[in-house]
Amino acid sequence: MLAVTSAPRIASNKRTVVDARRQQFAKTRHAPEEYPHRLNFYLVPPAGDIALEQFEEWAIARLKVLGELESCQFRNKTPAETDEHMKPVLDKYMRLSSNASRSGEVQDERKRDHYSHWTLRLAFSSTPDLRQRFARLETQLLKLRMASDDARERRAFIDSLSMSWETLSEEEKITWLDQLKAATNLKRDEEESWFKVAWEKVPELVERRQCLLKRGVAYVHVREQQTMVINEFSRQLETGLELAARNLPRMDEDNRLSPILHHLSQSFVAPDAGYSESSSIGDITTPTAAAIDGLSQHFPLCMQNLHRELRKNSHLKHFGRLQYTLFLKGIGLSLQECILFWRKSFKLIADDKFKSDYLYNIRHAYGDVGGDSNRRGRGYTPYSCQKLLTEPAPSAGQTHGCPYRTYNPDNLLSLLQSVGVSDRTLLQGVKEDVGKQRYHIACNRVFDYAHKAQIKKVKDEGLWSASELDLVLHPNAYFKRSFLLKNLGKVKAGDLGVDGAFGVSSGGAGEKMEE
Amino acid sequence: MPHATSPSLEAPDNDVEDSHMTDAPAVPLNNAAESQEDEAELPTNGSTTNIENMFDDDDEDDDEFSSSVPTKTEDSSQDLPQQHQPSKPKYSSPDILRQFYQRLFPFRPLFQWLNHSPTPQPDFQNREFAFVLPGGAYIRYQSFASADLFRKQCVQMTPERFEIGPQYTINPRDRKQVRKASAFRPVMKELVFDIDMTDYDPIRTCCEGAAICNKCWQFITMAVKVVDAALREDFGFQHILWVYSGRRGAHAWISDKRAREMDDSKRRSLANYLVLTMGNEQGKRAGIRRPLHPHIDRSLKILNSYFQTDVLADQDPWQSSEQAEKLLQLLPDTKLTAALQKKWDSMPGRSSNQKWADIDAVAEAGNLSTLEPKKLMEVKQDIRLEYTYPRLDAEVSKKLNHLLKSPFVVHPGTGRVCVPIDVRDLESFDPLTVPTVTELLKEIDEWDESHKGSVREEERVKVQDWQKTRLKGYVEYFRGYVATLLKEESRGKRGREEDVGVGAEEMEF
Repeated sequence: MLAVTSAPRIASNKRTVVDARRQQFAKTRHAPEEYPHRLNFYLVPPAGDIALEQFEEWAIARLKVLGELESCQFRNKTPAETDEHMKPVLDKYMRLSSNASRSGEVQDERKRDHYSHWTLRLAFSSTPDLRQRFARLETQLLKLRMASDDARERRAFIDSLSMSWETLSEEEKITWLDQLKAATNLKRDEEESWFKVAWEKVPELVERRQCLLKRGVAYVHVREQQTMVINEFSRQLETGLELAARNLPRMDEDNRLSPILHHLSQSFVAPDAGYSESSSIGDITTPTAAAIDGLSQHFPLCMQNLHRELRKNSHLKHFGRLQYTLFLKGIGLSLQECILFWRKSFKLIADDKFKSDYLYNIRHAYGDVGGDSNRRGRGYTPYSCQKLLTEPAPSAGQTHGCPYRTYNPDNLLSLLQSVGVSDRTLLQGVKEDVGKQRYHIACNRVFDYAHKAQIKKVKDEGLWSASELDLVLHPNAYFKRSFLLKNLGKVKAGDLGVDGAFGVSSGGAGEKMEE
Repeated sequence: MPHATSPSLEAPDNDVEDSHMTDAPAVPLNNAAESQEDEAELPTNGSTTNIENMFDDDDEDDDEFSSSVPTKTEDSSQDLPQQHQPSKPKYSSPDILRQFYQRLFPFRPLFQWLNHSPTPQPDFQNREFAFVLPGGAYIRYQSFASADLFRKQCVQMTPERFEIGPQYTINPRDRKQVRKASAFRPVMKELVFDIDMTDYDPIRTCCEGAAICNKCWQFITMAVKVVDAALREDFGFQHILWVYSGRRGAHAWISDKRAREMDDSKRRSLANYLVLTMGNEQGKRAGIRRPLHPHIDRSLKILNSYFQTDVLADQDPWQSSEQAEKLLQLLPDTKLTAALQKKWDSMPGRSSNQKWADIDAVAEAGNLSTLEPKKLMEVKQDIRLEYTYPRLDAEVSKKLNHLLKSPFVVHPGTGRVCVPIDVRDLESFDPLTVPTVTELLKEIDEWDESHKGSVREEERVKVQDWQKTRLKGYVEYFRGYVATLLKEESRGKRGREEDVGVGAEEMEF
């Protein structure tokens, strides 16, 4: 099993064989892990064995939880809203019962929690950005769990962490009760208990004069304990992640675990978004080659960019063509219309050249020719946002990929302005998102702004469910939603969709919201 | 040689001279020329003992007013240059400074204070010093292996003043020799505070700009008292050295080990603990949080009497009607302020004392409903704090690598030596009676003169020059302070050596 902590050569939970004669051949045995508390500081790496599938499965479950947590943060949800939102998610993916529950699964749940944390720790230690995000999310998760924990158990957990503070004795309390109350701003319904610690451990409290100071000792109210615990956890995790990063190259698991870890860290960039065929609008209206120009107003920025490039130069390079063709297929453009579209767009090219150089590719993308037999007839799936964000970035002369990632902020803003987005706060927001590398958030922000009125209407009248308004994670989903929103009046509920139901949500979000 | 004018002439000069600091470069040349003149004429004096030979330079300086000059031939030659040069930069003359460093500056105690031990350690050897030379040049990253080498360089370079910086990981002079830039960084420095009168300009009425008097010095006294109490009682620091900054403020140097090892973020937290902002920038005052933190409460109690005597009576900040406006702006209730305005308009010339009492009187009489008595009291407390609470230059305290002027250097503008302030006797410290360098040099002469015949040669030689002057008291205080510090340090070191054997058990988070 992988143990990536340094210092203790002999891990604290390892049962060493003392007899020198037997030691050479002894099998490594570790003490069985115990989980006395629901919460965990994850100080000791797991030492038991688990199956490879469990390794991946548990990690993915945790990833889903963290992803949800992150999206709550993006939407600036209040702690109460977050808590509410996360409850079902946590119950489904990472149930953690308290000590009081009778379930026999308690230890198993905690084991899953423990192992999945350490797995993800490995997966997200490679770059500083990932480390920071992981640390932040795990801290949030701990905060969430602490809040929902029973007070007694929480107290027991905190006490178990040796954090070098001691509770005030009764006499000390009596002597300085007034000063304690004044210094720590005691509210009427708060309990009167404080603890003391060296002031260097709580500089933020000292700075704000939120604790009593006597000869270098700070007297802190117990409510600050939680904050201190959380801060300490965060600090330790960050150190641990850096250690893990340093040890990562030493891992010799290239064909077993590295692909899994790699895949895990990839899905952190943009949550997994599948593509569902129902994002075509072929049922509502049949798009034709001529209609593309008009429909382009509903395109996400990546596709609009490609379209304009195409119109400007009457040409697109390979990856751009591929991306765009697949997108158009996703919209519902038939092969014939698509060929017509490209022929017309590539007007500077002679017929023969077009036939020899470009025609085959379009047909290939649609699955008309070539490809492996599994996919024939259907062709390749249109690229999701995640794919666009992780494939190699475009170089000179190419315009594929996600412009929020490719362009530097200034050029991005001017591009946005040229497609008609000019609201200053919006542009500011986009800039921030891009700065934090939240490209899909930026795109969604633009979407929300462009369709503000329609979204409001749909929300107010309850025409669409919440899942249908969740994050857009696929260019085709963006298009479909935009088209539907802008044509609300012309489309009657109930007569769309392959399966007859109107609830055609964007691919990725739908997957998550199944429950 | 610049002329050391008598103390009585110095005071009025100070106000004018202070803005002319930049003139300094031109003058030393003259001084050098003159001093050479003097020295050339020295042999003709025919002085008897060696000591007196050295003094003759000074005597010639004192030509203008002193009557005890043995030789008179140089008078005429010196008179002419005298008139042309500005008298201010005299304190930064290399000659005077050299004398000062040779005879008066307490290098050994300073070394021990920074070294925390009698024998040289990295604490001192890797310490940065920055020299400000008479020409205005600023030389950083100086370091010295011992007190003697330090002294030698000072005598040679005669800095106008020098500043003390942190101890670095390696000798600052070798800073370019390291591979990684991060291998050269500050490790340890005393915690310092700076209280400057300029921060009080908005509320002092007796003086302006660089000038100070005994009345406004009280602000510094108040500040020292409050900060000192907080440092000792709240943080438990014991080795706190308060030093006069030379003109109009005070510095604090805290040498406790715990304080020296604080990093930038802790220094910032501590500094912000002491700072009290009244939230005036956006116009709307944010009152101080109630209930008052014990530190603020204690400070208020300390400052109450000062408010009565020094602010209300001496400073009288709300005398004129426009000044009184400021007071009215600090009161949040418009009915009250309107009533007070009316009263004061009808009775001009009410003193601040009376106006202060008026606030309560009018509030009570008018039965103003918007302001409860408790809230009014809190507002008054806020005003009292605004006018008395220490105003620190927090930036000085926040960074480990900040350089601060050393104790015992000469302030170039006033010539006063930056002497330590005895906090046990804070009230009696008078900045205007702090000796200037030229006075001190004169005192050496005078002592020697008066003791020429009375005491035997050997005993006379044993008496150090600084002991012959008023600097004696200050140096002795400093030495005592350093001795206490060293005792604690050596005790701590012995304790630590014992600990090493036991080993560290608890995993401290």
